[in-house]
Amino acid sequence: METSTIESLYQKADLIRKMCIECIANFGVGHIGGSSSIIELLTALYFKCANIDPQNPNDPNRDRIVLSKGHAAPGLYSALAARGYFDKKLLLTLNQNGTSLPSHADMLKVPGVDFTAGSLGQGISAAVGMALNGKISGKKYRTYAIVGDGESQEGQVWEALMLAGAKRLTRFTVIIDNNKMQIDGTTDEVCKVEPFESKLRAFGFKVYTVDGHNIEEIIETIEKCNRSRMTTAIVLNTIKGKGIKCCEGHYKSHSVSFTPEMLANECTGEVLK
Amino acid sequence: MSDIQNKEMRQVYVDNLIKYSKLDRRIVVLEADLMNCIGTGKFRDTFPRRFINCGIAEANMIGVAAGLASCGKVPFCSSFSPFATRRCYDQIAVSVGYTKQNVKIVGTDPGIMAQVNGGTHMSFEDVALMTQVPDMIVVEPCDCVCLDKLFPQILNCDKPMYIRLQRKKTPAIYDDNAKIDLFKANTIVEGSDVTIIACGIMVHRARTAAALLKQQGISARVIALHTYKPLDTETILNACRETGAVVTCENHHLIGGLGSEVAALLMQNDVLIPMTRVGIGDRYGEVGKEAYLAEVMHLTEQDIIEKAKEAVSRKK
Repeated sequence: METSTIESLYQKADLIRKMCIECIANFGVGHIGGSSSIIELLTALYFKCANIDPQNPNDPNRDRIVLSKGHAAPGLYSALAARGYFDKKLLLTLNQNGTSLPSHADMLKVPGVDFTAGSLGQGISAAVGMALNGKISGKKYRTYAIVGDGESQEGQVWEALMLAGAKRLTRFTVIIDNNKMQIDGTTDEVCKVEPFESKLRAFGFKVYTVDGHNIEEIIETIEKCNRSRMTTAIVLNTIKGKGIKCCEGHYKSHSVSFTPEMLANECTGEVLK
Repeated sequence: MSDIQNKEMRQVYVDNLIKYSKLDRRIVVLEADLMNCIGTGKFRDTFPRRFINCGIAEANMIGVAAGLASCGKVPFCSSFSPFATRRCYDQIAVSVGYTKQNVKIVGTDPGIMAQVNGGTHMSFEDVALMTQVPDMIVVEPCDCVCLDKLFPQILNCDKPMYIRLQRKKTPAIYDDNAKIDLFKANTIVEGSDVTIIACGIMVHRARTAAALLKQQGISARVIALHTYKPLDTETILNACRETGAVVTCENHHLIGGLGSEVAALLMQNDVLIPMTRVGIGDRYGEVGKEAYLAEVMHLTEQDIIEKAKEAVSRKK
């Protein structure tokens, strides 16, 4: 990939992260940690890899992107707004009374959201259903399911993975946001769910592990998945709260108070100026 | 008896799936390892690409169905009624209900019809649970003709739906030419002293009870109700006003079922008439054959007769 392309994607990621933090700061509290860990992934998917069209968000042949870790909706909404699915100004209505941008990703309210999620473990099943629809109907679209590492403590995640592997869904890719943290502490402390790689392999997946903040690596890996004749998985090693000083690497960043005044002081220089 | 009434309920279900799938490419069938109990193997053989056995994983089956529905499919997914409802209730509430996905959930062997599978397999609460999901339509056909007539209406109603279904042969209620509307309850026996509202396996018991009551000089009207939600309030209110007493009969917990709904409806409309209820008390199921379970759970014709007499005796 050309250096200029990569550079512009990093700039895009910085912008999305900034939009995400701003809309959370505007409300005063929100899911910063898990939103910021997937910003580079969302940038790669929505600005490079996925076959999507913001002007035609319900195109039956579009690639599907299901955010199963629905609490990262502020990150997703920011990516969608940046990509042109709706007016960026709408982001400032996040979680306000009567808003069309609720805390957890909502397919009925937000253009571009492919499935509603929030009750953990459920989005991935719907994503498997979408991939099965493609197989049944002979369509060529791909389905990407973004699943949290903590979320993977839900048994339903493994039911869905088992079915995806058993049915050899070659146009399905599960992406685990392995930020190693959840509400009550590190995933290792709360209930160890790693290693993902060997578990996923046992379920019939071709597994790739990447640095989840390296856009070039993410894109190359997604392209490998798209070429693969197997059901594929990406373990995305990420940092919870990436790009926000007070949040980076802290499990308490799952949902935190954040004010507009904090924006200037708390964000790391390269991400938010 | 007509050909269709000679069939088992599951056969009518599967025959309809196949018949309409030839015309309607939206239909897909999902199972959780009970294909051989409901008989959808015939569907799989006819439409192999449109059949998905999810394995013993009901929560995932519901989510997969929701994903398929979001792409325009109409998934029919089935399991025994407790596993199709309470086992995966949050998945139904969020992935199907909250998202308004057109998924048809079929729960078989409801209430005491789980028979020798016993208490673990008996859903006395599934109607209460499923009517709580906003916009969910909840249906229980009482015989093969009823199911056969309802099937195209179920298919063409673009809402999430719970279909409570007996699998085996069941006494015939309707003749082949019966008119059955998804949203209307049917008066199957005329009467003027008391209204008996019955659903599912209680319909034929109510009909027998009405015949026995007639011999004792009590004229009972029997309403066969197949749709719990939305309730046909007009038919119920008219019958209750005209007869002045009512008995509800359900193969379900009394708490949160048909009787509770009818009671609330009557109160709200100032129809303050004597009411009694036949249904299952605050208890779990147990192993047994239908006749035995009907007796211990107080779901027999005799139970209906006693409750009808009690309601009539309380009339002013």
